[in-house]
Amino acid sequence: MSIKPQATKHIKPHLANAEQQEALGFPGQLIDNWQEKVIDLLGEKVNGSRALQVAMDACMKCGACTDKCHYYQGTKDPNNMPVARQDLMRSVYKRHYTFTGKYLPWLVGAKELDADLLQQWYTYFHQCSQCRRCSVYCPVGIDTSEVSMAGRDILAQVGMGQKYANQVIGKVALKGNNLGLPGPALKDTLLGLEEDVLEDTGVAIRFPIDEAGADILLVTPSADFFAEPHVDGLIGYAKVLHQAGVSWTLSSQASEAANFGLFVGSEQHTREMALRIKVAAQDLGVKRLVFGECGHAWRVAQNHLKDLVQGLDFLDARYPIPQHIAEITHELWQQGTIRLDVTKNAQRCITFHDSCNVARASTLGKVKGGQYSIPRDLLKASCARYVEMPSHTTQQTTLCCGGGGGLLTDELMELRIKGAAARMNAFDEVIKQHQVTHMVAMCAICKSQFSTIFPEFGHAFDSVLSLHQVVGDALDLTSSL
Amino acid sequence: MTSAAESVLVVDGIPLQTDEEGYLLNREDWTRNVAITMASNDGVELHDNHWDVIQLLQEYYENYEIAPAIRILTKAVGKKLGKDKANSRYLYELYPQGPAKQACRYAGLPKPTGCV
Repeated sequence: MSIKPQATKHIKPHLANAEQQEALGFPGQLIDNWQEKVIDLLGEKVNGSRALQVAMDACMKCGACTDKCHYYQGTKDPNNMPVARQDLMRSVYKRHYTFTGKYLPWLVGAKELDADLLQQWYTYFHQCSQCRRCSVYCPVGIDTSEVSMAGRDILAQVGMGQKYANQVIGKVALKGNNLGLPGPALKDTLLGLEEDVLEDTGVAIRFPIDEAGADILLVTPSADFFAEPHVDGLIGYAKVLHQAGVSWTLSSQASEAANFGLFVGSEQHTREMALRIKVAAQDLGVKRLVFGECGHAWRVAQNHLKDLVQGLDFLDARYPIPQHIAEITHELWQQGTIRLDVTKNAQRCITFHDSCNVARASTLGKVKGGQYSIPRDLLKASCARYVEMPSHTTQQTTLCCGGGGGLLTDELMELRIKGAAARMNAFDEVIKQHQVTHMVAMCAICKSQFSTIFPEFGHAFDSVLSLHQVVGDALDLTSSL
Repeated sequence: MTSAAESVLVVDGIPLQTDEEGYLLNREDWTRNVAITMASNDGVELHDNHWDVIQLLQEYYENYEIAPAIRILTKAVGKKLGKDKANSRYLYELYPQGPAKQACRYAGLPKPTGCV
């Protein structure tokens, strides 16, 4: 299919205003010497990151990535080809930091950074969900997420931050979570859940918060308190931990697993948000740190938490630090500590959407490929009718939901819908062939994105389920173990 | 280079400040006519059940400085309008753009942020 140059040039997130910029220590508006500053920062970024260095130096324009991005597939805008997205930065890097680019710029595609190119940076670095699918196909392993993260951080530092991500980061600092959910509202919500679950199951299951001395601190995306189907996942975690007899607590200090610092490429903000979790774990005196269903939270936690915050050795070393709730549930199920009954999900026929940050940026469990097998094992043990979507859209080559990487904001809806089209085609295929009723996900962003865009593709908004919702529904709460 | 532009909603001849997405910047500017104007701009007519949801959101916000979580809202709707309406499907019928976002906007509350 032919390309459509500039097809999505008009789609960009709202700029952060002066207040939203300054709250995070960034300039309130575009600074006068932006050109010079961008070039300096670019040099620093490339020097400080081997991954970015590879992205700038190693591309041989082989073309393997060109049609692999879900946003390119959905929009046909050539700037959404991963190579072209990288070139927006690479051209400036070459102009200023390579010999040939300085003296023979035309030979290597080197370009001067002008106002138009700066706008393209803002536009197209916010049309990348940092899902890393392109990197799977790149023969030298260039990861475009490194480029868009660095680009966004540079933009914020010269005055062009993104409103949505900045607001969220600001709210975590003020209230402890992305939503700005204050402690009393959180406690009220959790009490309400205890009532609901008692009414639904007849079993008194607790949703403890700020309970010092609990074994586990569970850190989960605040969407789990607020939205559906997320909250059904939270109920699932509580059921599993109740049934296993493990003591656990949430924290009003660390009531957010998500870390938007990653999306905007800011190490400082990523660290500050991660530190809240460490402090909460210390204050509550827990032994274990466990993360709920949030893709990029797990990416940050598993890959970076220990480096970001240092000194987590007060936690019990017999358990992974940190651990994912799906790892715990899987182990409990394998040991026979919890039992799952497929007949409880008899009305459902499910498929699983691998969330990009779990599938490609982290692992689960001790077995190679555990990030693929653990959720599938649990789903197959919970529901008799389980179907895979086509293999080029799952596991390592899964498609992004279309709303990841800090793009889950309404002004990007056109992009989010177009970017989800490839996943929707795969979903349609299994619906047609196997009468699939629901798609299951284990990431707050995937769940919100799908429940928002499903109606655009003729599916009910509530056709997406949480992994731990399906598990929780199948869990045998009556057996005494 | 434009900065995040704010907009204006004119209600009863008075210009009220909103953000780029049409949420009131000052909650105290809210009147019933604000909700009616926003709805009519969306081609929506507000009926009693819409108003009940708006009122529930505002009451909760008054107490907790945030819109209620979906479970709290559906339960409250169920108490007020009947158990058959205590679910998010009903809320999406009333507010197809999503109860949290569309109803919050009509109620003069800020937009919920984050992964929702």
